[in-house]
Amino acid sequence: MKTIETRRLPDLAQALSAAGYCVVAPIEEGGVVRFREWAPGLAIAPGAVPANSSKDFLFPRSEVVARFALEPGGFSPAPVERSAVKTVVLCARPCDAAALTALDAVFNWDYRDGAYNARRQAMTVVSLACSKADEHCFCTSVGGAPDGVAGADAILRPADGGQLLVLDELTEKGRALAQAAAGTLSEGPAALDAPAVLPRRFDSEAVGRWLAANFESPFWKEAALACLGCGACAYACPVCHCFDLQDETDHAECRRLRNWDSCGFGLFTLHASGHNPRPDQSARWRQRVMHKFSIYPQKFKTLACTGCGRCSRLCQAGMAIAATCERIEALGR
Amino acid sequence: MNDDLYKPFLMRIETARDEAPDVRTFRLKFAEETERAEFFQRYRVGMFGLYGVPGEGESTFCVASPPTRDGYIECTFRKVGRVTQALQELEAGQAITFRGPYGNHFPIEDWKGRDLLFIAGGIALPPMRSVIWNILDRRAEFGKVTVLYGARTAADLVYKDELADWAARPDVTLVTTVDPGGQTPDWKGKVGFVPAVLKELAPSAQNCVAVLCGPPIMIKLTLPVLAGLGFSAKDIYTTLENRMKCGVGKCGRCNVGSVYVCKDGPVFTLEDISRLPAGDM
Ligand code: FES
Repeated sequence: MKTIETRRLPDLAQALSAAGYCVVAPIEEGGVVRFREWAPGLAIAPGAVPANSSKDFLFPRSEVVARFALEPGGFSPAPVERSAVKTVVLCARPCDAAALTALDAVFNWDYRDGAYNARRQAMTVVSLACSKADEHCFCTSVGGAPDGVAGADAILRPADGGQLLVLDELTEKGRALAQAAAGTLSEGPAALDAPAVLPRRFDSEAVGRWLAANFESPFWKEAALACLGCGACAYACPVCHCFDLQDETDHAECRRLRNWDSCGFGLFTLHASGHNPRPDQSARWRQRVMHKFSIYPQKFKTLACTGCGRCSRLCQAGMAIAATCERIEALGR
Repeated sequence: MNDDLYKPFLMRIETARDEAPDVRTFRLKFAEETERAEFFQRYRVGMFGLYGVPGEGESTFCVASPPTRDGYIECTFRKVGRVTQALQELEAGQAITFRGPYGNHFPIEDWKGRDLLFIAGGIALPPMRSVIWNILDRRAEFGKVTVLYGARTAADLVYKDELADWAARPDVTLVTTVDPGGQTPDWKGKVGFVPAVLKELAPSAQNCVAVLCGPPIMIKLTLPVLAGLGFSAKDIYTTLENRMKCGVGKCGRCNVGSVYVCKDGPVFTLEDISRLPAGDM
């Protein structure tokens, strides 16, 4: 088995960085663990579920998609450089890795999104199996597992009571990475730790069936009462991908930006005429649940939720999508 | 195909003309021949584009000219929001950004040999005008063509010159109407609301396809009249509008239920629409 001591994760990061990878890893800053670019001297915090998801490095919060030089009475197009840096996400959670396969679907059905695909191709995902889960985790209810490998190029599995990590390469990219890091890996025996035990909380297929038949239901009014429409859940979600296109201008130049957006915002569907098909928070929360558990599976044969629990960890109003799904399953019984 | 999905190309305004209060038509020329060729390879009537002004953003509306006239495209739009306001301030010679054509189209190949009834209200004639011209440019392939077009006032009718052309053609039946009080002293058309005028006109539903576009209230009141005339829901076509940003099924904005209006629409039959959740429109 290829192993590395858990405390030597920064050495692994160093070796990958030396091999030309931009290394992204969970790093603590001001008491919050986030996925961010690793730099020499930074500790890696493998235990936590980072507050942000690894989608940030595929589908950035804000990105220039077109550029125009502004001239008196007109404009002329200016080039946009496409950046796709060779990147490794180290210690991604299995729910983060699984989310990438869901994102691949929407960015590639029919029209293919070049900027997304370029980054995706340049990205190697090394997940870290979870040996513990918190009360917000629910990957087993949405087809995942604490040691799931969907979307990962390699997986690190904790062993010897967390002292060691065992590296399993899963794809060509994973093998290339193991080769690049060969100097930091040892060969030897290890006793794998048991993955976290996470009982299934709801049956996502039953939830989907109820949703398909209950667009109109008094449930939605009440289910959304606490929602403030802040959009934090969508920003933290590894699968949420709704975006806005906005122009940003200074005197000389206009940049057309693709910015994250959220179906929870009132402006999201507002027509120029003033009509809004989703005029209240209950319609918006319904859209969020529908999109993840009904629309997405109908369209792409995969859920748009991987059970990471970030939305409910963050929500200041105590909204939790897993609890909503439990209630929906009960309604369908 | 170009995978820079949100990078528009450039179009130059060849002519700009006012149609009605706040309604303007542009004839747009492609800056590059390759872009023109690629556009017309994909374009079918009913598809839409995103028209933009750098600094203001993009706005979605239909292409109002047919693929049978492939040297240019035309669009007709009303000043409603920030982008359409900026577009309306432009004049011939100036450039705009464009992405498209996107969306599905009217299945006119399936309509060959059938009679066609077009019913439009106000600013909803443009999406239909591309279909009408497409049909008229291939006149022999289709049966009777009837156009019923209503607007609030005579001034609000768009394409006034073309209406005169259609009225003069022996192979088109054109009926125009304005709401009571909307007529001018020399108004020659009908006075009355579209549903009432349709009832009076009573076109046969036999082997006929109806295309219906207009304000929601007009559609709502016209549908029962069409049903009364014997039109079935699968022979009535309309277009849905929704706020759009990407136009290519990515940004997640245009869903009605599980349908993406930008990809699965904008053209739907009444039968399709009856399956969508009304509470999401
Ligand atoms: S407009 Fe973006 S998904 Fe339809």
